Amino acid sequence: MENLKTNSSRRTFLKTSLLAGGGLMIHFSGLAKLVLPHTEGGQAAEQWTEINGYVKISPKNVITILCPNPEFGQNVMTSLPMIVAEELDVDWKKVVVEMGPHDNVKLGPQFTGGSNSMRMYWKPLREAGATARHMLKLAAAETWSVPVDEITTRQGMLYHDKTSKKATYGDVAAKAAGMPVPKGIKLKDVKDFNVVRKSQKNVEGAKLVSGKPLFGLDYQHEGMLIAMIHHPPAFGMTHKSFDATATRKMPGIKDVFTIKVYEDGFAQGGFDVRTFNDLIVVVGKTTWEVMNARKKLVVEWMPIGDVKNTMAGRDGKREVVVPGALESTTTQLLKMREYEKMPAQQLRKDGDPETAFKNAAQIIERSYDAPFLAHNCMEPMNFFAHVTDDKALLVGPVQAPGWTEPTLAKVLNLPPDKIEIQMTRMGGGFGRRAYGHYLVEAALISRKAKAPVKLIYSREDDTTYGIYRPMYTATYRAALDADKNLIAFHVKGGGIPEHAIHANRFPAGAVDHYLAEGWEIPSNITIGAFRAPRSNFNAAAEQCFLDELAEAMGKDPIALRLELLKRAKENPVGKNNEYDADRYAGVLELVREKSGWNSAVPKPFKRGVAAYFCHNSYAAHVVDLVLKDGQPYVERVFSAVDCGIVINPDAAINMVQGAVVDGIGNSLYGGLTHKDGVVQEQNFHSYRLIRMHEAPKSIDVSFVQNDIDPTGLGEPPFPPVFGAVANALYKATGKRHYQQPFTLSNSRI
Amino acid sequence: MITLNINQKTYKLDLDPNTPLLWVLRDHVGLVGTKYGCGVAQCGACVVHLDGEAVRSCVTKASRAVGKKVVTIEGLSENNSHPLQKTWLELDVSQCGYCQAGQIMSAAVLLRENKNPTDQDINDAMAGNICRCGTYLRIKEAIKFAAAAGSGEKV
Repeated sequence: MENLKTNSSRRTFLKTSLLAGGGLMIHFSGLAKLVLPHTEGGQAAEQWTEINGYVKISPKNVITILCPNPEFGQNVMTSLPMIVAEELDVDWKKVVVEMGPHDNVKLGPQFTGGSNSMRMYWKPLREAGATARHMLKLAAAETWSVPVDEITTRQGMLYHDKTSKKATYGDVAAKAAGMPVPKGIKLKDVKDFNVVRKSQKNVEGAKLVSGKPLFGLDYQHEGMLIAMIHHPPAFGMTHKSFDATATRKMPGIKDVFTIKVYEDGFAQGGFDVRTFNDLIVVVGKTTWEVMNARKKLVVEWMPIGDVKNTMAGRDGKREVVVPGALESTTTQLLKMREYEKMPAQQLRKDGDPETAFKNAAQIIERSYDAPFLAHNCMEPMNFFAHVTDDKALLVGPVQAPGWTEPTLAKVLNLPPDKIEIQMTRMGGGFGRRAYGHYLVEAALISRKAKAPVKLIYSREDDTTYGIYRPMYTATYRAALDADKNLIAFHVKGGGIPEHAIHANRFPAGAVDHYLAEGWEIPSNITIGAFRAPRSNFNAAAEQCFLDELAEAMGKDPIALRLELLKRAKENPVGKNNEYDADRYAGVLELVREKSGWNSAVPKPFKRGVAAYFCHNSYAAHVVDLVLKDGQPYVERVFSAVDCGIVINPDAAINMVQGAVVDGIGNSLYGGLTHKDGVVQEQNFHSYRLIRMHEAPKSIDVSFVQNDIDPTGLGEPPFPPVFGAVANALYKATGKRHYQQPFTLSNSRI
Repeated sequence: MITLNINQKTYKLDLDPNTPLLWVLRDHVGLVGTKYGCGVAQCGACVVHLDGEAVRSCVTKASRAVGKKVVTIEGLSENNSHPLQKTWLELDVSQCGYCQAGQIMSAAVLLRENKNPTDQDINDAMAGNICRCGTYLRIKEAIKFAAAAGSGEKV
């Protein structure tokens, strides 16, 4: 029996008429022939009835479900609509998926980041599907003059068994749209799912393998020009003067000018990070012409000195000084060595760690470093903008349009409802595209050029003009008593320009005396989210340290973690422990079983384990490594993950496998260095990314089976890969590795 | 003015013959399935076939393609019927998908030349194609499946 209350205020329903595959639909998401044979050719005009923000139905019973969140490879365009389809009770194979417009009122927060899509949308999308289904039932009940409770649905059809009446959703959609919006509809039982929890194929798979225009860089627009930015060669520099005479004479060039991203005093929000504020721009007809002409610019650069940034905050504006020094990796490291000896900010303290360390029979202390990382999205940053006096259209790859729209509104002095942002598929994101400065740049360029413009970063621009993973360090200390019991734990972490410490994560809560501290070194190197921000360092450092600790205590590394987790569960120390000890232990137990951890390690493998909790999910990996020509090669991996209900199992496995490969690549090869402010690795010949022959031969992924509401998967499996690789590498070489990337020659400065 | 044969169509194009084929395809012909990733022949996102050979179109001048047959991902098959496109879909290889056209174009040449590639053969042939999402296992599996389906001749 469904339990419902009627919402007295009727919503205004839109009935939009549009051409299938064109018209108002964003043309990236036109109907796929393979998905929908009965609209092949996309010629037939369809009268769509919008039941709610997520569901549109045509009289011919074509069901369109809108995906609210931008897609960057985590497969939300498939998995989010699956949730709607489940509750709507339609045949998934016939569903047409469209990327939704940017409309936070209708479609919610619409950001891809923080592994939040599933967590954020699980309930709203179930409700959207269930509500739409109920409205269709109400419409059928009214049409047939029968009680709504007697109507059943199956796969896009409505039935009234007593009278043998049946109708398609499409038959009653128009009427359903006028029904009162019910509240409190009962959702399906988990055990009755038949779309969710079954592997469904990527809805854009067919378009991807045939080269259809899906990405921002593929976007075309009438009269569109191409723009590229000539940014300073080093962090801490700006242009003093420039001569564009030769550039202007090059074929296809329309204009050369400068833009200022933010005017003085502009109050920046947290995602308004931009690397350089004053930029030289070349605008022309085609990409190649602009690339060539840009090379002809003669620019005199100068150090910009300390820069004052105005930051918006809850307590009003505040000023932050960005130091002007031209940084080098060696000086960055030396500075970290200096700072780590100084007092730091206390982040959490349990018990009396000072006394415990004083009384310890043995103290183990180890320090870990990790470099800046560039995101290296395969599709470089780009965005289309067409800004006129009274409105702006922006189209391209962006993770969080709603975070950039207010900035655009301020910079362009346009009301937000005059700014339309269309989200294309993204060629990778990894956090990089949460920072929408390139939308602002594109918009300013379009306004100045008085033309529709696509701003394109070259690969070198993308790498040298980034919002990087910070440079991190941390020192871990453990105090053991005479019986080798762990009595105190201390972590002191720092970074340029921020530290990575999550003070309330494991092993906080499992040790009587605990201290976490952090310190930071200001810098002009711009930083931001990178796949599991901060966690991606912690899981490396902490999980290596726990491995070494287990060895010193004479314990199996998994057994030690489980012991600590048992303590954290039964008698937790302190407050605000972020993790669920049972679920954390669950992934360790699962990976122990799947990898045959308790049996002898098969030759020639050397084995390492690590686990981590972040972004509301749990992951553990066992890595089997060999040395090949003296270099580490991870040949096979066992992964165990707990993210609650797994929406789309095969895609979830793909995601975990990808995270493992990414983790191996970044732990062994990743790193961005500077010399006098200049990025040293400017393209893939010097910034090494993992390739096929370096990827494992097998990655065996298992999920903890439970009915807990789903949490994210894009980030959680990534961080513990680093620790597992380092721990296996120790077994292979007999040497601990404290510096990322874990190349064999690396040693601590 | 140069004349190019792309996916069995003739295009007369008014452009600098030094323009890389990648940008000819993307900016002049409107075939955007061939991707820009690095511009320096390091990532393989831009691989196309030039008289049947896999070339990196970002470093291949348009002039080099004159008198030859260019095949891009859009011209690889009708309706995704190439064995690799089929296995790519069957195994749901793609994550972000940006590199996959280049991966398929590289793999297609491998399979034509070598009907039963070993792991080592696949590694060697695909070493020039980066997948930042890390879908390498599935790419390799998709190549093997296509080979097993006896697809070599049809490539």
